[in-house]
Formats: sequence, structure tokens, C-alpha cells
Amino acid sequence: MSGLQDLIATDTTMLMIGLGLFCVPLLAGLILIFFGRKLPRGGDWIAQSSIVACAIASVWLFWQVIVKHDQTDWTWWSASAGLDWTWIKTGPFEVTVGLFYDNMTVIMAAMVTVVASCIFFFSAGYMHGDRDYPRFFAYLSYFCFAMMGLVVVDNLLFLFIFWELVGVGSYLLIGFFYDQVEPPKASLKAFMVNRVGDVLFLLGLIIAWQMFGTLRYPELFERLAAGEFAPLSSDHILAGWDHQALLTLSGILIFCGAVSKSAQLPLHTWLPDAMAGPTPVSALIHAATMVAAGVFMVGRMYPYFTPTVLVVIAMVGAFTALIGATMGLVAWDIKKVLAYSTMSQLGYMMLGLGVGGFVAGLFHLITHAFFKACLFLGSGSVIHAVHSQDMRDMGGLRKKMPFTYATFLVATLALAGVPMFAGYYSKDQIVANAMAWGLTGGIAHWIPLVFGAIGVLLTTFYMFRLVFLTFHGAPADKHKYDHAHESPPVMVLPLVVLAAFGLFGGGTIHPLPNNDELWFNSVVEKPVSAAAVGLGFPSAAHDLPGLKRGGHGEPAETGHGEDFFEEPGVFEGDHGEWIDALHKAHYPALILSMIMIAAGYLLARRMYLTRSTDPEEVSKRFGPLHKIISNKYYFDEFYAIAVIGNLKKWNNGLAWFDKNILDGAVNLVALLCRFVAFICGMFDTYVIDGFVNFWRGLIRGLSSVLRLLQTGNARDYLTWTLVGLIILAFVLR
Amino acid sequence: MDILSLIIFSPLLAAVAILLIPSERKDALRTTCVAGALVPLVLATKLWVDFDTTVASYQFGVSIDWIKSLGIQYSLGVDGLSIPMVWLAALLMFIAPFAAWKIEKGVKGFMLLLLLLETGILGVFCSLDLFLFYVFWEVMLLPMYFLIGIWGGKRREYAAIKFFLYTLAGSVLMLLGIVALYLCVRDVTPTPFSIPVLSEMVQSGQVTGANLINGGVLFGWPFLKWVFLFFFIAFAIKVPIVPFHTWLPDAHVEAPTSISMVLAGILLKLGCYGILRINLGMFPDIAMDFATIGAVIGVVSILYGAFVAMAQTDFKRMVAYSSVSHMGYVLLGASALTSAGLNGAAMQMFTHGTSSAMLFLLVGVAYDRAHHREIEGFGGLASVAPVYTGITTLGFFAALGLPGMSGFVSEFLVLVGSWGVYPVLTSLAVIGIVITAAFLLWTLQRVFLGPLNEKYKDFPDVDKREIFTLVPLAILCVLLGVVPQILLGHMEATMEQIRALFG
Repeated sequence: MSGLQDLIATDTTMLMIGLGLFCVPLLAGLILIFFGRKLPRGGDWIAQSSIVACAIASVWLFWQVIVKHDQTDWTWWSASAGLDWTWIKTGPFEVTVGLFYDNMTVIMAAMVTVVASCIFFFSAGYMHGDRDYPRFFAYLSYFCFAMMGLVVVDNLLFLFIFWELVGVGSYLLIGFFYDQVEPPKASLKAFMVNRVGDVLFLLGLIIAWQMFGTLRYPELFERLAAGEFAPLSSDHILAGWDHQALLTLSGILIFCGAVSKSAQLPLHTWLPDAMAGPTPVSALIHAATMVAAGVFMVGRMYPYFTPTVLVVIAMVGAFTALIGATMGLVAWDIKKVLAYSTMSQLGYMMLGLGVGGFVAGLFHLITHAFFKACLFLGSGSVIHAVHSQDMRDMGGLRKKMPFTYATFLVATLALAGVPMFAGYYSKDQIVANAMAWGLTGGIAHWIPLVFGAIGVLLTTFYMFRLVFLTFHGAPADKHKYDHAHESPPVMVLPLVVLAAFGLFGGGTIHPLPNNDELWFNSVVEKPVSAAAVGLGFPSAAHDLPGLKRGGHGEPAETGHGEDFFEEPGVFEGDHGEWIDALHKAHYPALILSMIMIAAGYLLARRMYLTRSTDPEEVSKRFGPLHKIISNKYYFDEFYAIAVIGNLKKWNNGLAWFDKNILDGAVNLVALLCRFVAFICGMFDTYVIDGFVNFWRGLIRGLSSVLRLLQTGNARDYLTWTLVGLIILAFVLR
Repeated sequence: MDILSLIIFSPLLAAVAILLIPSERKDALRTTCVAGALVPLVLATKLWVDFDTTVASYQFGVSIDWIKSLGIQYSLGVDGLSIPMVWLAALLMFIAPFAAWKIEKGVKGFMLLLLLLETGILGVFCSLDLFLFYVFWEVMLLPMYFLIGIWGGKRREYAAIKFFLYTLAGSVLMLLGIVALYLCVRDVTPTPFSIPVLSEMVQSGQVTGANLINGGVLFGWPFLKWVFLFFFIAFAIKVPIVPFHTWLPDAHVEAPTSISMVLAGILLKLGCYGILRINLGMFPDIAMDFATIGAVIGVVSILYGAFVAMAQTDFKRMVAYSSVSHMGYVLLGASALTSAGLNGAAMQMFTHGTSSAMLFLLVGVAYDRAHHREIEGFGGLASVAPVYTGITTLGFFAALGLPGMSGFVSEFLVLVGSWGVYPVLTSLAVIGIVITAAFLLWTLQRVFLGPLNEKYKDFPDVDKREIFTLVPLAILCVLLGVVPQILLGHMEATMEQIRALFG
């Protein structure tokens, strides 16, 4: 481990490659957006060569980190690369960021770039002739920039930043056909639903920041493990909350980000609509990478989560896995089936992580990415051929499109979890973990297993329904069938590569493997729960060499220890009861899965291949249930009325209040002022001025009388003088 | 002449020059205005470069006795709080004449008033003397009144008088506050209007108002609390906070594009600046008493502004209400009185200055071509105006606080800074983030995306002049989102000094 640390610290190549992984696609995107139209072939070669370069670099990193240095554990004290950039520093507030190379980073980076490379080439065929061809590659490159940034940073805040940037990539690409009606609506919906999850995520990380003053994974987990919580102020509204409660709150809020990003219930509604984007986009963003980022983030933050949070994750995952699968049963749009399938599979990953199957969940993330990308591209190839997404227009295409069919079938088998295919090795582990969780807990702990097992059946069923409807049977639309043709090599080749990963991604084709010897299990190890250590629980202590104990004194004093023990899968590391349960569960889980797969396949065959049972009959028998599922459990309707409708009403009400009451009051004041001014004016005119005018009038009146005397005639004056003298004489007598 | 005086008065010189140019020579008038606005921008940039980021107090100071009998000084200086605003003001005032290039009516008067306005704005940010501050504050008011009242839209007179009266009401309160402080200290200090001197005296408890009123208590409140309140209301009207905001939508909507841009970009910041400089910087103890109320007002503004913006059908009115919402963050961050909160507030002033200016310019582009602003009346403009759509998308993302853009950094700082103090209020405030994204992107969808409205099939894309006004702002939005330290580094020392006032 320290070898790698030294290597990263001294070897700037590692650093430059890490930076290049996201800077190069960004550069390619910028070149394409500004100059794409002037470049030959719309500049697609720039995007393709940049992503291939990233893929090569990622594989090199993979080799450096995993093969050469064999860094087998993924713990919070593992490698952080030699970059220490101060993003914000102001007073005591400081945010620094670096790159983070651990096994999960390099695995994820390799997966993303390899899948993206396949999709970039496929797109050259699929989008050929589109008037916005350069813009498409510009957006794809931009997306890869954001996605790679998300993978390599060592800081939850920066993960969040890139997290939102991939959301923008998704927004732009879902709405790529901007002059149509549906895509802009779907992109708005996707962004908004994600925004809801994201602000909760933001709140969660703000709480984490408040508690630990850092969001860099190694520092964060170290401080948490050492119990270095920032003091809560006493006059605080959360004064009654202890650290554990706050930690749980922030963990759940952070998980909410993953709920929207990874299309978990109840924030999944954007994903089916997102299929309005071009099919390569669905493959890259809405199947392999971005939606899986939620799972990746949960994996990254795994040491941070308290048992309560993990239970929430497991339950949300279990419900999503089942509900998603049921919705896939009734969809007719080939891409929508795959979208529901993605949702369901992401549910499996969450479920796996939640029940303590850390390795299983992340393994499934990797294997799923390849075969689901293959399925989406395969569907794209079909859509390209028949110009329809409705499976009722297809049928019999296997003869016309042999390569597409073969690769699609391989990916389907992998998705169903048939032995020897990649999905089998990861999914089977999830089921086994779920069973172990059931064995070691109360009755509610069986939910993940039951839902997961039913989900396996449904998965096999809807996938073979899709395969039979599309590739088998008689062509439903003769005209479309006649015009269908196999896609060009630039599209077929990526399918073959991805299908190969779907077949060999498990690293073995042994039907009964020892899980510990699978390549993924041998390089990724479940991290110790920093939350358990920091809160001071004994169960977590024994596999923590050299770590400081939690700041809460002896576990017995905390009073929570007993509760924590009830989640053995979570906090007991890989010891004791949990390991036993896992061993016990291994074969029963395997057998259960096989039964479910067989049942699903036979049902699908009966209904859609041999047609010995009419699907119509079945849907009629399940009338009300069928109706509910066909209407996607009325989630959309609920949100449209309860959330958006009420929000609009509320907004309009406030706007009315603003216009009529608040501004009305302002205008009323103005009116009153004018009224008062008017009264004052009247007073001024008639009273004050009137008073003045009165005197003026009086004086004028008098003077007008007096003026009569002033005739200017000397004889008159003499007369009046005489009169005056006579009066004086009388007076002074 | 010192650099600050040059910055402040060079637009005035250009205004004099404009007086000498005959009004028919419109291009000469415009060019003179641009030249007059370019000088402060260049000097402000130099100021920015020469600014010593390690010094918390005022730099480039100049102090000359002005009215000796009252101890009034011509005293200027900038610190980390004002220097970003000086630069932003200089930038936006440089862009403004370009945005107003197409105005044909009374070009001479328009450009003259614009330059006069610039002097007023820059003067306020640089003043260290309350009397001078007040004078510049009033100098700014009159040009604004005429710019809205003469060059505005249909209801321009109503809007102008509303703006004028509202601001005047605030000014009167501010004058009262200034006079009250003067009366308190006139016997103890030779410079009873100096902001640094007053701050020092208030904080050391030398100012109580006891020499005016027995015991310094008025209607049950300490005298200074009233003074604080007067200043606060004066500035709050300018911010504006709910419920004193109703002048803003009218003034923004009726004003011509360039003036809306200046109004949103800088004039609102004067209110925030006043709160940070006077209310927090001068009366920290009282500010602490009022902090919770400030935070409540801030969150109410954030949410109220966002909700009402979403209900608007007029493009420009929507943007105007989004300003109300965004300014709420400044108040929330300032009320937190934490390092992150204060920095976030100060940064939000700058980032909103760039993003809102951009939004108003963008609305102006649509209005110039379509002669209406009904959001529902457009549709599918992306098909005919891709560049316009692209820049608008960038502007909207900047305004909704997308990470990687400047708005995110300031909002994040505000939220981080305030959560520890007001967890519930902060948790409510994040609803505003969702709603802001909703109304902006919803507008984007209705105006630019979807099938093209046939009425606008000849809608011209943005021209070079418009791009020239938009690009600097767009660059700032991205640059400060990626490297916020450029801005925060300049503010750091001063903001820490302010924060230190609160223990």
C-alpha cells in the first residue's frame, strides 16, 4: 500500500493521467462544440480518439494499481494521489481536493472508458447523417469528462459537483432532438427529479461538513473513525440529537442523491422517459455509467453509513428491484423494457450494498454495465433496422440480424444470471448475501431475498419475452421486416466487444466458483465501517489494526451497542456469524436462483414463443394488477397532481398575493398619500388660501369703497376736507 | 489625482464631453460613453492587481477635509468587501452602453445619465464617509429615475416613480440614521461621519446616544438599535427583501435592457453592501440580536421569490423575481455570521451580479426581436437561433447554481455557513434551489425547445454586439465556478475581520 502511495507521490505520470482522464474528453468536447462543423467527418474522430486514449490510460492505471501493486483492500486509509489543490480557502474554511486511486477507482475508470469507447464507435454508425452529428459527440465527450471526474476525485463535494455535471450531460443528451415534443419534456423531468435528490444530497454533505470539517474521503473516514465530531452548539435546534442520529440523518440524505441518480423508488420516474434520447445515450448514460454513479457513490461512502442507513438502502433497493421488474413485464417499447430492467438491476446493486454485500453490489455494477450497454446498443441496432421501438412491429429478426441477435442473446443470458455468464457471478452473490441477511435477522430481513428472488424470475421472463418478440417468431410487420438489415461493422463490432465482456466479465466460466477467487472479490474488499468505529462499537474493532478507538468511551456506556449488533451483516465485518450465514446461504441461494431463472424462461417461452398460453388471457386474469402495472403504479399521475399541480396552484396563489395584496398595499399607500395630498390641497385652496382670499376680498371691498373717494378731483377733496373739518369741529367741541 | 477619485470621476468627465457633442452624432455619443466607461474598468482592473490581499483594512485611501465646520471629509478607500463590487460595477457599466446601442431616442441624454449613474455607484462603493456615501447614494437615484421614466416601456412612469419613492423612503431613513450618529458623536470626534471612526467608536461602546436622550433608551430600545433599524430598512428596500420588493419587478420590467442589467447587477448589491458594511461592520452587537430575523427574512425571500417567479408568464418579470430569490441568500449568509456564510454572501453579490446581468441581456435579445415577453408566446427558438440558445442555456445553468459555475460556490458557502446556525431555515432554503431550477429550465423548454413556432422562423440569431456583451459575463460565471479563489482570495482578509467582530 505504501508502495503505491510512494509511487503516486513521486510519479507525476499517475497524476497527469488522472487529470487527463477527465481533461482530455473535456477538451475534445470543447473543440467539437466550437469547430465540429468545420472538421472532416464532423470531428467524430477527435471524440473517439480521445476516449480511446482515456481507455488505454485507464487500463494502464488498472494495471499499475491492481496488477502491479496488488492493493487488495479498499479502506479509507488507502491511496490518495499526490494532488492537493486548494479550491476554496477563506479564513478557517478550506476545501482541498486531490485524486483518489484505489481499486474501485481504477476498475470504474476502466469500465467507463471501455464501454464509452464501444459506444462512441457505435454512435458513428447510429447517428450517421444527423444534422447535429458534431454536437452529439461534443455532448458525449462532455459527459465522459464529468463521469471520469466523478470517479477520480477524492472529495465528496467534488463528487457532488461532477455528479451534477453528469446530470447536465444527461439533460443535454436526453433532449438532443430538441425540436421534437417529447425529448425536451423528458430532459426537464430528468433534471428536475435529479435536482430533488441532489439538494437532499447537498444537505447531507453539508451536515457531514459540519460534523467533520472535511469531505475528503480519507480524512472524513479517519475523523469519523477517531470520533472527532465537531461539537454541537448547545442552543442548537438539534441539541437533542446525538452524533449517531446526525450521522444517520446525513447518511440518508446523501443516499437520497443516489435514489434519484440511480432511479430508485420513488424518484425513478425520469428514467423511462429518458429513453427519448438517442439510443447510444441510453446505453452509455442511462444504463452503464451515470445511473450506476449512485451505486458507486454509496460504495464510496460505505464506511460512513450507520446500520439504519444501510437498512434503508437495502429496503429501497429491494422494492426497486421488484417494482422495476414488474413494470418491465408489460412494456411494449423495447427501450422501455430495458429501462425498467436497468432500474431493477440498480435496485439489486443497492440491495446488495445495503445487506452488507458490498463486493457483490459493486461487482454487479461492473458486469451489468457491459451487458446492459450491449443490450441497449443491440436494441439500437434493431431500431436502426426497423425504424420502430415497438416490439409489436418486430419479430423474426434473428435471421436478418444474426450478429445483433447473437450478442443480444449473450447479454440477455448474462442479465438473467445464467451460469458461466458474467451476471451470474455477481447476481448470485447478491442473492446469497440477501439470504444471509435474512438468516441473521428478524422477519423483515427476508424482504430483500424474497423480492430479489421474485425479481430474478421476472427478469428472465421479461428479457426472454423481449428476445422472443423481437428476434423469434413470425415477422409482425412484413414491410419493416423486409427492409431490415444487419447494421454496419462499426455498430456490430462494439456489440461483439461488449458481449464478450458479458460472457467473460466474471473472469471465469466455472459454473460453481469459489466466490473468494473471483477476480473482483480478490481485488475489492469490504471496507470497515468507520461509523461503527467512531461511534464505538466493539464488533467493529477487531478488524481494525492500528486505529484509534472512538471518542465515545467504552461501548458499554453508549447504550447503543446492542442495537448495532442486530445488524451483523453490516457491522461485524467479515467475521463470525455473518461469515457462517454467508456460507450457509451460498448453495441454497444458487439453487433458488436457478429455479427462478428456469421458471422465468419457461413461462416466457410458453407465452411468447410457443404461444400455448395467450398473453392476453393472462393479463385479463390479472386484470386490476395488470392495469396498475401498465400504468406504472400511477407514480407519474401522483406527481403530476400532488406535486406539480399543487406547486403551480401555490405559486399562482402567491403571485396573486404579491400582485394584489402586497403590491396592492403599496399602491393603496400611494393612493392614500394622494388622497391626503388632495385633502391638503383642498384645505390649502379653500381654507388657508380662502382665509387669505377673504382678507384680500375684504380689503379689496373696502378699498373699492374708499377708492370711490379718490376721484382725483381737487374740488371733491376740498369738499371732503371741509366735511372733515366740520366733523372735527363737532368732535373737539 | 488618486486612483479612486479617477475611477469615480472619469465617467463624469466623459459626461461633460458628451454635453459638448451635438445630439445628432449618435455614434460619437455612444463611443464617448464607452470610452468614459472604459477608463474606470481599466483602472479598477489595475486596482485589483495592485490590491494587497493580506491587508484587511482600507487601501488606496484618500482623505481631504470637505466641510470643515461639520467634520465632513472627502474620504475614499477600498477593502476586500468593496473591491469586487467596484470592479463588477465598472464592468457592467462598460457593457451597458453596448447593450443600449440600439436606443435611438435621446441618445445624448441616455449616455449622459448612464455616466452620471456610474459616478454615483462607484462613489458609494468607495466612500468612507457617511455623508459622502449619502451624497453618492442620492446622485445615483436621479439618473435612474430618468433612465427608467424616459426610456422605459409602457408603464415606465409608474415604475419610475415607484422606484424613486421607495428608494427615497429608504434614503430618508438612512439620513436619519446618519444624523443621529452625528449628533451622538459630534462632541467627541473631529470626524463624526467617518465610517472607520464610527465603527471603532460604536464597537468600543462610546456611542450610546445618552447625550441626546436620557439613558440612551428610546421607546424601550437602546438608541443605537433604532439607528441600526433605520439603516437596515434603508438597505433592505434596495436589496430588496420581501415585503419591500414590489418596486423591483416593475422597475426591472419597464426599464430598457441595459438599465435592467445595471439595476439587477449592481444596484441591488448596494443594499447588500450597506448591510455588510454598516449594519454588520459598524453595529456587530446589534447585528447579532437581529441575526435570526435576518435569516428568516432571507429564507422567506429565497422561497417567496422563487415561487412567485415560477408563476410569472412574462419572461422578464420571472427573471426579476429570481433576483429577489437570489438576494435572499445574501441575507441568509450574512445572518449566519460565520466565515463561510459571510464569504458566501459577499460572493453571491458578485456572482448574482454577473448571472442576473446575463439573464436580463438574454431577455433583451428576445424582446428586441419579438417585441413581447410572453414565455408561452415563443417556442422552439433553438431551431433558428442555436447560439442564442446555447448562451441562454449557459446563463440559466449559471443562475440556477449549477456546480462548476460561480453561483454554486456562493450558494454552497451560504448554506454551509448557515446550516450550523439555522439548520431548519437552511433546510427550507434548499427548496429554493429546486424551484429555481424548475422555473428556469421550464422556461428554457417553453421558449427554446420543442417544435418551432412558425411566427419566428425568421428569428435572427444573436449578433456580434450582443455576443460581445454576453461573453465576458459567461466567462466570469464559469471561471469563478472553477477557480473561486480568484475572488475569495481578495475578500478573505476583510471578511475575516468582519467575522471576527462576532466572536
